[in-house]
Amino acid sequence: MSPTIKPAIVSDLGHAVGPARAPRDAALAIHGLTVSYSEKPAVFSVDAAFSTGEISAIVGPNGAGKSTLLKAALGVIPRLSGEVYVFGDTLRNARARIGYVPQSASVDWDFPTTVLDVVQMGLYRKLGLLGRLSGQGRAQALECLDRVGLADFANRQIGQISGGQRQRVFLARALAQDADLLLLDEPFAGVDAATERAIIGVLKLLRKDGKTVVAVHHDLATIRDYFDRILLVNVRRIAEGPVATTFTTENLQATFGGRLATTHLSELAIMDDGH
Amino acid sequence: MGAEFVQLSLIPVLIGILSAVACALPGNFLILRRQALIGDAISHVVLPGIVIAFLLTGVTSVAPMLLGAAGAALVAVGLIEVVKRLGGIEPGAAMGAIFTTMFAAGVLLLDRTDTSTVHLDVEHALMGNLESLVWLQAEGWHSLLDLAILATLPDELVRIATVCAIVVALTLVFWRWLKISTFDEGFAQALGIPAAGLGLGLVVTAAIAAVAAFDAVGSIIVIAMFICPPAAARLMTNRLEHQVAWSVAFATSSATLGYIFAGYGPLWFGSPAAVSASGMIASISGIILGLACLYGPQRSRVK
Amino acid sequence: MSLFVEAFFLQAGYNATLVAIGAGVLGFAAGASGTFPFLRKRALISDAVAHATLPGIGLAFILMVTFGGDGRSLLGLIAGSALTAWTGLLLIEWISRRTRLTEDAAIGAILGTFFGAGIVFLTVIQGMSAGRQAGLEGFLLGSTAGMLFQDALLIAVGGSLAVLVTWLMRRPMTIVAFDSDYAMTLGYDVRRIDLLMMGLVLSVTVIGLKLVGLILIVAMLIIPAVAARFWTDRSTKMIWIAGCIGGASGYLGAVLSASAPAMPTGPIIVLVAAGIFVFSLLFAPDRGVLVTLFRHRGFQARVHRRQGLLALAAHHPIREAYTLRLLTREGLVRPDGVPTDAGRAQAAKIARDERRWDVAREIYQDTGLTGRYDGLTPIEDVFTADEIAELDHQLGPPVTARTE
Repeated sequence: MSPTIKPAIVSDLGHAVGPARAPRDAALAIHGLTVSYSEKPAVFSVDAAFSTGEISAIVGPNGAGKSTLLKAALGVIPRLSGEVYVFGDTLRNARARIGYVPQSASVDWDFPTTVLDVVQMGLYRKLGLLGRLSGQGRAQALECLDRVGLADFANRQIGQISGGQRQRVFLARALAQDADLLLLDEPFAGVDAATERAIIGVLKLLRKDGKTVVAVHHDLATIRDYFDRILLVNVRRIAEGPVATTFTTENLQATFGGRLATTHLSELAIMDDGH
Repeated sequence: MGAEFVQLSLIPVLIGILSAVACALPGNFLILRRQALIGDAISHVVLPGIVIAFLLTGVTSVAPMLLGAAGAALVAVGLIEVVKRLGGIEPGAAMGAIFTTMFAAGVLLLDRTDTSTVHLDVEHALMGNLESLVWLQAEGWHSLLDLAILATLPDELVRIATVCAIVVALTLVFWRWLKISTFDEGFAQALGIPAAGLGLGLVVTAAIAAVAAFDAVGSIIVIAMFICPPAAARLMTNRLEHQVAWSVAFATSSATLGYIFAGYGPLWFGSPAAVSASGMIASISGIILGLACLYGPQRSRVK
Repeated sequence: MSLFVEAFFLQAGYNATLVAIGAGVLGFAAGASGTFPFLRKRALISDAVAHATLPGIGLAFILMVTFGGDGRSLLGLIAGSALTAWTGLLLIEWISRRTRLTEDAAIGAILGTFFGAGIVFLTVIQGMSAGRQAGLEGFLLGSTAGMLFQDALLIAVGGSLAVLVTWLMRRPMTIVAFDSDYAMTLGYDVRRIDLLMMGLVLSVTVIGLKLVGLILIVAMLIIPAVAARFWTDRSTKMIWIAGCIGGASGYLGAVLSASAPAMPTGPIIVLVAAGIFVFSLLFAPDRGVLVTLFRHRGFQARVHRRQGLLALAAHHPIREAYTLRLLTREGLVRPDGVPTDAGRAQAAKIARDERRWDVAREIYQDTGLTGRYDGLTPIEDVFTADEIAELDHQLGPPVTARTE
């Protein structure tokens, strides 16, 4: 390796090509994942491994393919190439262990249903087609609502609650799935401060129970407080590792390029020093 | 209301109600999925489906017609997807291009086929012929208990009753899946629910309901049955369960009132000739929707 | 065949000539005025507009007979059909603006209800003594049998007007179709322009009712515009292309149906248009399905080839069977996954480009560059030769394989 290159951005070609075998302890392992919507990759050959019992962030500029990566890993959108393993198993076999919080803008909030109903959707997989929703299931859904602080809103029409509350309903629904791996797509986008605190509180409690959390995230200022690990992407994988060593000015510069204002960078650099 | 009612009106009213309900149930999900116009497309492609089924088998019996219509609906959906995805054309125009073409092909085939011996012509296909479905063998209400006479019930009633039962059963069995994939398709996929297959199943079910309702209301008015009762129901409530119940109630009342007005309405104006019952049913369902738009408790959009 | 040639050169009789010219003009007008509703993603409103003409036809007939006139007066029927179609249009707009129902539900509801009401009126007319030979059913699927000179004149004048207005209003309609919010900030009255768009559709519909019928006119409004979309990316050009496709379908369809017995004109016109559409869908350059599929396969192969070479460069196994097949076919790896000399050379080149990118991304941190690092864009596309030479200089001497 040429000595003229600073170690911060460089890279062995591990950027583009993953380790030979899926790490067995990874809750979610992605190998060589490529997705494209047109004649240009939205995500190119990304490798990542998210360890069990950690809260990880997927970070990158707008249009860098963060949400695409998450959705392709879940099989919600088709991938051009690549493989995904969940707890060392295929996606199909591990479905029951995955909880999912989509972007709240992705659904029709005018749909005729109530908050409690939406949370109960998290139980649908377990119930199958004809299984009866027992009182116990209802109690479980109510408890999940309570964990996100929305117990009093159970019977509201979903169109009548605020954006932050919608995000909490989605989180409660994922909690009802009782999953070991929770994938969240921009859970903090457009929510109020109280909701943000409530959500991160729930996520940290999940970590305590040994659950794995992976979230697409856009706010660089909160990364140090919220996350253990970080994956920086901009179409390709730029860097991945513990926040303490990976969330550096160099890596951010490499990820965001000219899109990150210099002032913003220096602020983060100050945070670097203080850390 | 005695023997004459049972002979002339009971069967058409029942067929009207069963058709309306069979169409309204899938219609609820179509409108919530913003696919109301798939109903439009289906109702147009039922015609070529039936004509081709007739050409292949030479008879107008239930099974080939249902299969033909379901097949035509599948072909239409497939072609629409091709035009949409591969051609990059927006859904409405893709549907419009496909279903008008298939309809034109159906009209051409029907025009060039000798169907004079069977009950199949363009006018009936478009307008329906509810009034002709009478039960002359019946002698009164007691005929409903007489097995020998029951056996002479028109085939159309048996057909639509069967289809309506199937639609109700499918709706109940797939209720949760339909609900979740309609509300949040991405989440449904993440749960491993076959959302795409479910969407296709919904369209095929709607097509089968449409062809079974074909005799009663014709292929165009089926659209009103798909859309008006569920749309009116949506304006009454904010719960899906209640919406579906309302839509069944609206469908039933449209069919009943429509038949009564068509048969007896002209008499009130001193005209002896009855008017088209299927047209009247569609008109009544439209009036119900209009009232719901003006006075439905949940008519306005949440800000 | 000779009958076809005769009809084509308008030698097949007076009626056939009128029908062919009328259908050609109507097709041109329908194609041109159908362009903007399609670009506005509201093509199917024309379906509702067309079906909503039926009650107007019925009502106009009843009124004209009641007041002692001839119920079949074409102008009267057209006025009636335009009136109910316009009412339907306004109701669709009102429902989707004032209630929580979406526009598609409103379209379907109005279409079904108005058509139902139309059928009711038709049966009322059948019961009237004057209605027995009214022949209004012809308006459903069209009839060319009794085409008069004045009918053709109406189509010619009305159709030309519709094309003229479409052309005059092409700029505001383009802006509204492309970005209605932006149009509003420019001071355009979006609602009125939308109504104008649909008003044009409505006028073509009512003048075409007698010839092709209210169900098939929809096809002439939608199919030519959709077909034209495959041949151009410019809206003004699209008007003319759609017009030509529509005109050709109308003329050819009429000629075809005149040259064979018992061929209904309306369906034939639609099927000719559909044929042109299918041809465009499959074979259009750039947007056509075949080109798109071909391009997608090529793209997928490029991705897999690149990923495979990156794996070779990093001494990792190739994980996916398709990648392996691809590289084997090119002679870059052996079937067991071991790279050949050619494969090693290619991988070394790619490894070198990756290192060049690493350096480049550190030096050029501007916005223009960030989107280009997508794994597929060759570095030569982004930097000049001397810039790359500078990158190589910073990298140090070339290495043929990665040092472990």
